[in-house]
Amino acid sequence: MIAFEGVSYGYDGSNLLADINLRLAAGSFHFLTGPSGAGKSTFLKLCYAELLPNAGRVTILDQIATSMSRDDIAFARRRIGVVHQDCQFLDHLPVDENITLPLTVSGQFAEPRDLRELMDWVGLAPLARAYPPQLSGGERQRAALARAVIMGPDVILADEPTGNLDWDMSLRLLTLLMELNRMGKTVLIATHDMNLIRQAKSQVAARVLRISNKRIQLAGADL
Amino acid sequence: MRPSQLITALRASLRPDGSESNIVPPSGHTAWLTTFTAGAMAFLAVFALALALASGRLAERWSDALERTATVRLSAPQDQIDLQIQAVLNVLQTTPGIASARALTADEQRALLAPWFGPDLPVDTLPLPRLIEINEDTSGYDSEGLRQRLTAEAPGAVLDDHTRWRKPLAIAAQRLRLLGFLSIALITGATAAMITLAASAALAANAGVIKVLRLVGARDGYIAAAFVRRFTLRALAGALTGTLAGMIAVSILPAADEAGGFLTGLGFQGWGWLTPFILPPTAGIVAYFATRAAAHRKLTELT
Repeated sequence: MIAFEGVSYGYDGSNLLADINLRLAAGSFHFLTGPSGAGKSTFLKLCYAELLPNAGRVTILDQIATSMSRDDIAFARRRIGVVHQDCQFLDHLPVDENITLPLTVSGQFAEPRDLRELMDWVGLAPLARAYPPQLSGGERQRAALARAVIMGPDVILADEPTGNLDWDMSLRLLTLLMELNRMGKTVLIATHDMNLIRQAKSQVAARVLRISNKRIQLAGADL
Repeated sequence: MRPSQLITALRASLRPDGSESNIVPPSGHTAWLTTFTAGAMAFLAVFALALALASGRLAERWSDALERTATVRLSAPQDQIDLQIQAVLNVLQTTPGIASARALTADEQRALLAPWFGPDLPVDTLPLPRLIEINEDTSGYDSEGLRQRLTAEAPGAVLDDHTRWRKPLAIAAQRLRLLGFLSIALITGATAAMITLAASAALAANAGVIKVLRLVGARDGYIAAAFVRRFTLRALAGALTGTLAGMIAVSILPAADEAGGFLTGLGFQGWGWLTPFILPPTAGIVAYFATRAAAHRKLTELT
């Protein structure tokens, strides 16, 4: 799905990530951990071509990121669902229209029944016509997850998705992500919440990656 | 871009299919600024158009009035004047290209001088030259040859073919018309510049919206179309209002009459009343291209 070959990325001449070699296989479940500022968000942005590598090669859904046109990137993002810690929505649209935004921008329409099922799945059916500023942190995260999966993406990238949530809500979100993985989706979650990772590893075959000294290492044995 | 492609693009841009129509948040000041600018510019353009069309009419009227006429001015001693008039008329009647010629009566000459000297001017007692009016036929005449023949037959006769009057008047009217169209071009350019600025400001203010749209897989063309639609419709609505207001204002200008001349003939006439209706679609097309260019430039910057 997504492959990194000798990838380096940095700001202002100094590398934040160096010589990254990694392959996210279809249907895999990965956690990405590391201290704040280590480059977790940067790594995720490289995965959906928000950033392009300074060196090396990132392959996204069989296309080399640096060779992709802007339209190619747009089409690739329809197959990659992204959930951010600071979930960004269009505040002038109600929640259901925000959730169906990926369909809207690709010229498709959501079947009302499918949308209702999705809203039920994330527990937001009663808030369908509410506006994003009216939602709590947890509700926003679940809305972001619903938006990320509505196109049936092949890959789901989540950047600190439980950062603003209490433990119960974090578990609920994790459960949703694990359900998606069981449906065959590739999932990558960037988090520094070790309890969450331990909880997931007891239920799903998750691999843990750790960013350390600008490189990514497999860290599953440490947990 | 071919006209058919332009029409297709505009129709696609304006079609209210509900897709990208509401993804751009309703913006405050850029919305009414664009509408107001388009309206004000269309209002001014109506006047510029009226000026251009009136100047065109004036140029034609002056040309038509003077083009087919000429005058012979005859100065001679009182006892020879009638003989020389007859000699001039004989020359004129045998000149190819001249349809008719006649000497103005004393009353007609008095009427011509009345605006300057009053109605009681004793024309008969003043050493004024006599005037002979010439009407050309459609083939025209050889003015140089006629001058030479007049000099031979009546030494005091001077042919005035109105060229020295007609030329500056025609040039002035043409310049006025040019000025009118130049004003319309400048107004169009200014409209494009203002809409570009407003669209750029709206795009910059909506950088967060653009980021979200890109995150969920929106193509830049789709994002640009959303802004293009909004600004094109605003410009169309503003220009339509401004055009109607301008036409109402022109319609209440004093009507053209004999005494008023140019200043009272500034309105539209006949089919000319239809010409302002070209302004709203023009404003729409200008807004379409201005916003499109601004959107693509801004989206490239925001990468």
